[in-house]
Amino acid sequence: MEETVTISGLDTVWVIIAAMLVFFMQPGFALVEAGFTRSKNTANILMKNFVDFMAGSFLFWMIGFGLMHGSGSGFIGELHLFDFSFYPDTNIPKECTLIFQTVFCATAATIVSGAMAERTKFSMYIVFSIIVSVFIYPIEGHWSWGGGWLSELGFHDFAGSTVVHLCGGAIALAGAIVLGPRIGKYTKHGTSVAIPGHNLAYGALGVFILWFGWFGFNPGSQLAAEGSENAIAISHVMCTTNMAAATGGLAALILTWIVYGKPSLSLVCNGILAGLVGITAGCDVVSIAGSAIIGFICGCAMVCSVTIIDNVLHIDDPVGAVSVHGVCGLLGTLLTGAFALDGGLFYGGGWNFLGIEALGSITVALWAFTLGYLLFWVLKKVHGIRVESRIEEEGLDIYEHGETAYN
Amino acid sequence: MKKIEAIIRRTHFEEVKEALFAADINWFSYSEVKAIGQDRQDRIYRGVMYSTDIIERIEIKIVCRDQFVQPAIEAIMSTARTGEIGDGRIFVSPVDDTYSIRTGEHGDSVLADKK
Repeated sequence: MEETVTISGLDTVWVIIAAMLVFFMQPGFALVEAGFTRSKNTANILMKNFVDFMAGSFLFWMIGFGLMHGSGSGFIGELHLFDFSFYPDTNIPKECTLIFQTVFCATAATIVSGAMAERTKFSMYIVFSIIVSVFIYPIEGHWSWGGGWLSELGFHDFAGSTVVHLCGGAIALAGAIVLGPRIGKYTKHGTSVAIPGHNLAYGALGVFILWFGWFGFNPGSQLAAEGSENAIAISHVMCTTNMAAATGGLAALILTWIVYGKPSLSLVCNGILAGLVGITAGCDVVSIAGSAIIGFICGCAMVCSVTIIDNVLHIDDPVGAVSVHGVCGLLGTLLTGAFALDGGLFYGGGWNFLGIEALGSITVALWAFTLGYLLFWVLKKVHGIRVESRIEEEGLDIYEHGETAYN
Repeated sequence: MKKIEAIIRRTHFEEVKEALFAADINWFSYSEVKAIGQDRQDRIYRGVMYSTDIIERIEIKIVCRDQFVQPAIEAIMSTARTGEIGDGRIFVSPVDDTYSIRTGEHGDSVLADKK
């Protein structure tokens, strides 16, 4: 910090409230994932969501925060075990920064559980969750948000289309590939079989909660509220965030109605999330009209992506995490380069900014996918990450946890 | 003494029940059953079409004296029919004997249809 900044009460309260909203995305994810999978695995998926947050809270404080926000090099921060006192107070206290960054870290980890649902060993999931919170996420987070090489290039990811969602989505893709599809998901002839989730009411409620939580995720990432400049910024981000969610859902509604003959609730749910993920990178630098277009493009891309990943690539992603977070995270970051009012391709800014956005998002995707793949591959060789077929067929709740969600 | 098993639409259960009471059948058991038949709908989940050939129905089981069989069947027929595929089936079969667990009595006198 070049000058001493005094801690602002208003800024702190705003960021704390935003952190609470982002925390509330955890039950959103839990409900979406529970609703979109079968009732025999509900206790398991709920437990995974708890583990992500519990492990993330502890480990990010223990080690992740230092690796992400320590000065270090352009590639990695510094090791500060159980210590975040190195971090300066800015307009908000360092504790406030810690909690806000913690809830983001946990979000990145929790994205993955949906794609690996209904067939992963619980013990191995915990190992995975730990590695994400202490290594994969903090390091790539340092590149963009901790003063690393991407931030020096001018890479812009306001609230984490790339840092959080693309990272989670790419790991989810790696996990779904290494695990293989659920039993009965594809016939011998290679056609995809629908495995309907057991409760779309949970799924829809979860999406509403996530939508609500995103109002902390994006506007909170301004990290300030005091003064007219910040007031305008957080209000603008609120509008663009909501708009992209709405047009993302509308895009899925229209597209599924045309393609499948009926508007599909399960895909509209994903469409809303697709729009939200897409706008997260550029919510502060695009106009509201721009956010409407970004949301719409992401909604359409998500529907196509779900179909391609399922029917062509035969990668089993029960909740669509790869399409929603991976594909739309990447797309949203690229579209920021196109729609940014200052420097965007469509506003006469040329290819430079778009190029940096592409470089940043693709590097992060490769980082997360490669490390995720390697991690799951090693776990598979060493211990096996998939439950036995009998356990998978009768439900993870009974064998992995000894208690069922519905009795 | 006969047993009547009728598989009917869930939506028509209340009407069938009333009609059976009117036909002097005062006691019967029923259960939810799943059947496979010709009545199916195409559904879509997350972009994958699938067909639901599992049909959820209610099965009513009545044991009554011979003279109540025809009125009971008519009661079911008149209330459970829509004319569409999937209205259900009725099966009638003979029953050898029936016992009251409480009193140990057996035979026709145990049955709960109106005497």
